[in-house]
Amino acid sequence: MSAPLVEIRHLAKSYVRGGQIVPVLADITLDINAGDFTALMGPSGSGKTTLLNLIAGIDKPDSGVLRVGGVDIAALGEAELADWRAANVGFVFQFYNLMPVLTAYENVELPLMLTGLSRTERRQRVELVLAAVGLADRMDHYPNELSGGQQQRVAIARAVVADPRIIVADEPTGDLDRHAAAEVLGMLRRLNEDLGKTIIMVTHDANAARAAKAMVHLEKGELLPA
Amino acid sequence: MFLLKLVYKNAFRHRLRTLLTLAGLAIAVLAFGLLRTVVDAWYAGAAAASGTRLITRNAISLATFLPLHYESRIRGVEGVTRVVRSNWFGGIYQEPKNFFPQFAVSDNYFELYPEFILPAAELSAWVRDRKGCIVGRGLAEQYGFKVGDVLPIRGTIYPGTWEFVVRGIFDGADSTKITRQMVFHWDYLNETLRKTAPRRADAVGLFIVGIDNIDNAAAVATGIDALFTNSLAETLTETEQAFQLGFVAMSDQIVAAIRIVSYVVILIILAVMANTMAMSARERTSEYATLKALGYGPLFLAVLIVGESLLICALGGAIGIAATVPTALAFKKMVNIFPVFMVSAQTLWAQAACAATVALAAAVVPATRAARVRIVEGLRAIG
Amino acid sequence: MAVPLSYVARNLWTRRLTTALTAGGLALVVFVFATVLMLDAGLKQTLVSTGEYDNVVAIRKGSETEIQSGVTRLQAAVIETHPAVALGADGKPLVSKELIVLISLRKIGAEKPSNVIIRGTSATGFTLRPQVKLAAGRLFAPGSAEIIVGGAIARGFEGTRIGEKLRFAGRDWVVVGTFDAGASGFDSEIWGDVETLMQAFRRTAFSSVVFRLAASERFVGLRADVDADPRLTNEVKREQLFYSDQSRALSTFITVLGLTLTTVFSIGAMLGAMITMYAAVANRVTEIGTLRALGFRRAAVLGAFLAEALLLGLVGGLAGLACASLMQFASFSTTNFQTFADLAFRFTLTPAIVAKTIAFALAMGLIGGFLPAVRAARLEIVDALRAS
Repeated sequence: MSAPLVEIRHLAKSYVRGGQIVPVLADITLDINAGDFTALMGPSGSGKTTLLNLIAGIDKPDSGVLRVGGVDIAALGEAELADWRAANVGFVFQFYNLMPVLTAYENVELPLMLTGLSRTERRQRVELVLAAVGLADRMDHYPNELSGGQQQRVAIARAVVADPRIIVADEPTGDLDRHAAAEVLGMLRRLNEDLGKTIIMVTHDANAARAAKAMVHLEKGELLPA
Repeated sequence: MFLLKLVYKNAFRHRLRTLLTLAGLAIAVLAFGLLRTVVDAWYAGAAAASGTRLITRNAISLATFLPLHYESRIRGVEGVTRVVRSNWFGGIYQEPKNFFPQFAVSDNYFELYPEFILPAAELSAWVRDRKGCIVGRGLAEQYGFKVGDVLPIRGTIYPGTWEFVVRGIFDGADSTKITRQMVFHWDYLNETLRKTAPRRADAVGLFIVGIDNIDNAAAVATGIDALFTNSLAETLTETEQAFQLGFVAMSDQIVAAIRIVSYVVILIILAVMANTMAMSARERTSEYATLKALGYGPLFLAVLIVGESLLICALGGAIGIAATVPTALAFKKMVNIFPVFMVSAQTLWAQAACAATVALAAAVVPATRAARVRIVEGLRAIG
Repeated sequence: MAVPLSYVARNLWTRRLTTALTAGGLALVVFVFATVLMLDAGLKQTLVSTGEYDNVVAIRKGSETEIQSGVTRLQAAVIETHPAVALGADGKPLVSKELIVLISLRKIGAEKPSNVIIRGTSATGFTLRPQVKLAAGRLFAPGSAEIIVGGAIARGFEGTRIGEKLRFAGRDWVVVGTFDAGASGFDSEIWGDVETLMQAFRRTAFSSVVFRLAASERFVGLRADVDADPRLTNEVKREQLFYSDQSRALSTFITVLGLTLTTVFSIGAMLGAMITMYAAVANRVTEIGTLRALGFRRAAVLGAFLAEALLLGLVGGLAGLACASLMQFASFSTTNFQTFADLAFRFTLTPAIVAKTIAFALAMGLIGGFLPAVRAARLEIVDALRAS
């Protein structure tokens, strides 16, 4: 069997808040394989979002080993990490985090601006993924002209357009009604099953977790045994 | 009071933004005050003028002279108490940028200028020394002149290097009097001219005429001019104030431009203040909606915003006003051309009025918007 | 990789009111800045363009202006015969002996009169100054009480149209023509016959003697001869330099006052820009976090906000410049401190001024936007994302 896509060994992370050191994660050891769809679950304050941030490369651990696709991302400098994220990670946020002044098309195009692709090549990809999420006819709409569910689908399109290795989703259905949530989860499912995308999702919603193939529980910064 | 406390806390919520706005306000108010002071300085001569003095000069222009023999005829006019000769000397002390007025005047000059206070001993020392000169306190302080110093002046209208001996220093009765000037004997100038350029001698630049009663000014002026109509050198007599205002009028476009610019600065700060208030109000839309939901009325909200604007403008304005006098002093030292450069009480009031106007104008739109916010929409707004 | 320009520009458009107010403040400062530069350029143009390079003015030694100066008939005769003086087509020296007097004249709409220069000159005086052209009417007849007025006088002062009479020195003088001296100082003068004027003002000496050099390089030798001659208490100067020196005090005053004001104002406008940009950063913290998460570097974020501030400065700069350029239709006249006479000049817009103004506007935007942009760039990704 090949090495896991994400290798985590004895990962620890604390924050400084008001002069005091607050430990958030303690001794996390975990493997995630390519093609997995893992849900990180736990009550508020359990450190699940922090773990997700570390895997996505937007935060650095205090100690431990963190390898994604064989790359020790904890050892990367900030600029290298930025480049690494652009190539390897797709983000889906709870509040969509679309740029309000850019159209759906331009929002999805944003990650491609960090590559060397030409305008025509970018157009091809953007139109492809927007069609895949069913919003080809809303390309030129601004986020405030779209419903919550539609905005999240644009965000998903943005997350996959650069063909990243992993997709991280932080409470992707947290702000959606039942119908839209189901749509989004179904989309993530298809991305995982049909396209083999590795997805790591943080959620506290048991319903959402059911879309995933595996669940990992955290409590007070520690992994609960499966 | 709850309202005041809320106003104060709101104003300093975004400390950096409020500090920047205060700084901008202070600078604008300071600039406005300085510009007004510059305009006032232009009018200093007119402000220091006396109602009991008239100026008689050649009707053609100030650059043309009057014959010496006019003096006795002017003295004969009813209402005239004394007549003083005055020629603008226009010389250079060391270098052109050390500009100050020099006048060749008759010996009775100080009788006509009681607001210039000169010790009797110094006055008589001057009268005795034909090469003597009297300098004002402002001039003495600026260049360190002392009694007994020799003052070399390079003449431009009257060529050559002239040497004068400082025989006295006069003080102004109050700070509006011009003490950055120097006077010396007209007779000395005339004697020298008789020897070196006789055709230019016995020519007076202007006569300063003292009258017994302010109300007689117009009548005496007409009387003097009547003496010389249709002669080769017709005269124009006017009050000292009108004469000084004539000088201001010569640069009236510059003065007008400075006035306009002083209002431009107010507009700039209004733009900055309006922007700050608009931003703050927009960010707090949901809070205002919440207050309304709780039962506070639109007037409360409007007063909240206007109060915040007034507080910030009051503080910024106060800083600007406080900085005006020291800055004016520094400016006066650096820039030499104004004989009097003083911040008047009116300027300070005008600055305060500006700050208040800006405060109100900047708050009008945000206050009305907040008062009108609909609770449901407001609660949904994210700013 | 940089953040797209459309992101930058559209953010300014979204917050239209704030953008308008901030750019408006910047525009006002730019307007004052550009106008001062234009006024000074107009003044310089007037004075630099007054006179010819190869004309020489002889005045009394030590006097700074023609008004203060005197040249006796004897001295004028000596100067006239110097070999460096050019000869006209008729074989006579190209010399004009001139008298300068100030008279009081009222500007149209003004309460108080201003001082205006009357220049007693001759037909040769005209020939010596090819930039002066008769615009209407005719030249004054020698020996007559006729006068011609410069364009600025005809436009700005009462009673100066052809056929009207001015009264000074005890007699009436008829306006028989107007002349156009372009942007030069001569346009603010009234010219008449020198001998008639000398008589009227009871003068026995001229104010100055103006002549053309036979060859430009002979000036140095001429000056040495004049300085050495015991009969001559005169000095000679090239005409253009002579007139430009006369404006130095006024020019310095305008520039110093104007630029001091602009510096002070610019601080106010920059503070305005800073406030706006800090608010922009604060409102878009989540967006900044998202951009960084997606892989944009800190430098790209810094660049985006600097670009926004620069664009703000540019908008303000162009608006201010557009308004300032309208000033070109206005004219300005004031008393020149040194000559004590009224001088009219215009607001002149040069390409150099356009460049300086835009640079100034961009600099204000840049300085105002710098600290906020740094703050945006220094945000940590997790803090920024948490802020929603």
